[in-house]
Amino acid sequence: MDRPTPLLQIHDLRLQYRVYGGALQVLDGVHLHVHVGEKVGLVGETGCGKTSTMKAVLRVLPMPPAQITGGSIRFKGQEILAMDPRTLQQVRGRGISMIFQDPTAALNPVFTVGQQLEAVLRSHWGRRADRGEIRAAALAALEEVALADPDRLLDAYPVQLSGGMRQRICIAMALATKPELLIADEPGTALDVTIQDQVLRLLHNLVEERNTSVILISHSLGIVRQLTDRVYVMYAGTMVESAPTRKLFTHPGHPYTQQLMEVVPRLSGGGIAPGIPGRIPDYLDPPTGCRFHPRCPHAMEICRREKPPAFSLDQDHQVACFLYDPAQGSPAP
Amino acid sequence: MQIAAFIVRRAVHSVVVLLGLSMVIFVISRILPGDPARVAAGARAPDWVVDNLREQMHLNDPLPVQYVYWLRDAVQGDLGLSLVTRRNVAQDILELFPATFELALYAGVMMAILGVGLGAVSARHKDRWLDNLVRVLSYMGVVTPSFVWAILFLLVFGFTLGWLPTLGRLTEGLQPPPRITGLYTVDALLTGRVEVFWDALQHIVSPALALAMGSIAQQARITRSAMADNLGKDYIAALRALGVPERVVMNRFLLKPSLIPTVSILGLDFAATMSNAFLVELIFNWPGISRYGINAMLRKDLNAIAGVILVLGVVFIVANILVDMAVAYLDPRIRLRTARGR
Ligand SMILES: Nc1ncnc2c1ncn2[C@@H]1O[C@H](COP(=O)(O)OP(=O)(O)OP(=O)(O)O)[C@@H](O)[C@H]1O
Ligand code: SF4
Ligand SMILES: [Mg+2]
Repeated sequence: MDRPTPLLQIHDLRLQYRVYGGALQVLDGVHLHVHVGEKVGLVGETGCGKTSTMKAVLRVLPMPPAQITGGSIRFKGQEILAMDPRTLQQVRGRGISMIFQDPTAALNPVFTVGQQLEAVLRSHWGRRADRGEIRAAALAALEEVALADPDRLLDAYPVQLSGGMRQRICIAMALATKPELLIADEPGTALDVTIQDQVLRLLHNLVEERNTSVILISHSLGIVRQLTDRVYVMYAGTMVESAPTRKLFTHPGHPYTQQLMEVVPRLSGGGIAPGIPGRIPDYLDPPTGCRFHPRCPHAMEICRREKPPAFSLDQDHQVACFLYDPAQGSPAP
Repeated sequence: MQIAAFIVRRAVHSVVVLLGLSMVIFVISRILPGDPARVAAGARAPDWVVDNLREQMHLNDPLPVQYVYWLRDAVQGDLGLSLVTRRNVAQDILELFPATFELALYAGVMMAILGVGLGAVSARHKDRWLDNLVRVLSYMGVVTPSFVWAILFLLVFGFTLGWLPTLGRLTEGLQPPPRITGLYTVDALLTGRVEVFWDALQHIVSPALALAMGSIAQQARITRSAMADNLGKDYIAALRALGVPERVVMNRFLLKPSLIPTVSILGLDFAATMSNAFLVELIFNWPGISRYGINAMLRKDLNAIAGVILVLGVVFIVANILVDMAVAYLDPRIRLRTARGR
């Protein structure tokens, strides 16, 4: 089956953070793609590199300390990592935009909401727009995320707002550029459950309306299950499994995914992994071979030596685990 | 309205601080050994003259009463006679203060522009050679005292290169501009005497720069680290990610939050410059108040000491208010807290 060029294609991405005492080898060959109109989930426990991957896509990693050591990121076939500043700026916002994980950190404390939102709008409308038009667009953007009294909000500073309002403003900013692909990094995680629910529903409606492609990052399998078509599971900087959402839940292939399913009560939207034995490996000196092997109940000799490639269980179901290597001959669990 | 309330509160606060300062000055001047009446009358005056003078100066009254008399006089601009110049201290100060104030003003502008500018350049080229150069220069700036810079500039700019004049506020023979503010460059401009302005400006560059060097280095370091810190913040990444041009992100959204620590220290550095200027004033033969104050201390000229401390105290207080206002302008979190009455 020949599919068109993906909207976004991340191939074998490698990334490290240079820190005192060495380099944190955080991303070790990450793969991911998104087709036009697709809603893709990205799940993994804290520190596995979800945010780092997405910041790499927009080239907004703090450099130093971050350093991309290999791989490619293509948007509509164009290499983002090699883009000149002008082209990159075209892609940012209009092509791909991002809702950052922590809305409080993502808003500049010494500028008003309006100053920040309008700066975003102005950079896309250029000199064509006058002040009035920009202001009107800013008001409209806030109305779209169901914020009451947008006029007053534009002149407010982030400290004056509640967590829920800040989250909505971040969503408004990310959507104001009418992106083709929206990256939503754990939207609502910082909020209490009811407000998180409202925010997710709002976000869902907005992207449905515009048919925006989405990458939704979450700790929670429950949220991803409701909102996405396809899911990637990440472990310690590697992509361990990808499958259509339904299939992942009915036939999880990777031992890590299976453990996730057991730990998370099926129906709740609860967080990940207090119950998975072991902990995330040290990125200064990550495990050799399969990074999951110290925690894997099925670990074999080869897992310690070699990094498992992605094996296809199905056309659309990939698992990076030697249990699915036809050459190994052992039956899948 | 927010700002007005802020200023009123700060003004009240300042009056209290000033009163406290005046008490300290008064007490010190009375506790110090030596009889003010004897000092005022001179060593050879007969005892009965001194006794009369003591009565006249209210020195036989209890201390609190003396303080009230002293304060009343001070408020009316009577700070007593200087032993050295034999003039009213207030008159001396009025004459010398503008010279130092002008010096500090230029030094302050240099601190702000050069300090923040170098820091910003350094941050933008973080860990590259330009950054390293600025950092090395900053260390040198911080550890080298201002009088060393003063001598260096005097030798290099004044004598070796001959670019800048070496001594005083104006070239000898040039008539100072009519006194309006007492700042030569300002008065010269106000009265349209361009050649005097130019001459005064050339005279002030070296001493002002010598005074500013330490603080320039300090500001550069602070600005650099604030900008480097904030550069990694998500609010910068978020704007970049949404396609806001790099220039706007840097010059607007990164600069403003990064200026907050700089501004707080800048104001205090400016005020400190005025009291620390004496060696530079000495080297450049600058007729300023800092030099006057040191002379007064060396000769135990109590009235002059009290006057200088009072004036410099006022400068500190005003500088503090300005700093607070600038920080409140830059940082809405502080502004909002103040407006809520905290
Ligand atoms: N600026 C940085 N300097 C050094 N290490 C970093 C930096 N940013 C991230 N890391 C490290 O990289 C790893 C991955 O971080 P990342 O934020 O991408 O994880 P995440 O999957 O988004 O986690 P979470 O679910 O908590 O948001 C973590 O171990 C983190 O400590
Ligand atoms: S490759 Fe080996 S260690 Fe890794 S998940 Fe599969 S079985 Fe476990
Ligand atoms: Mg994250």
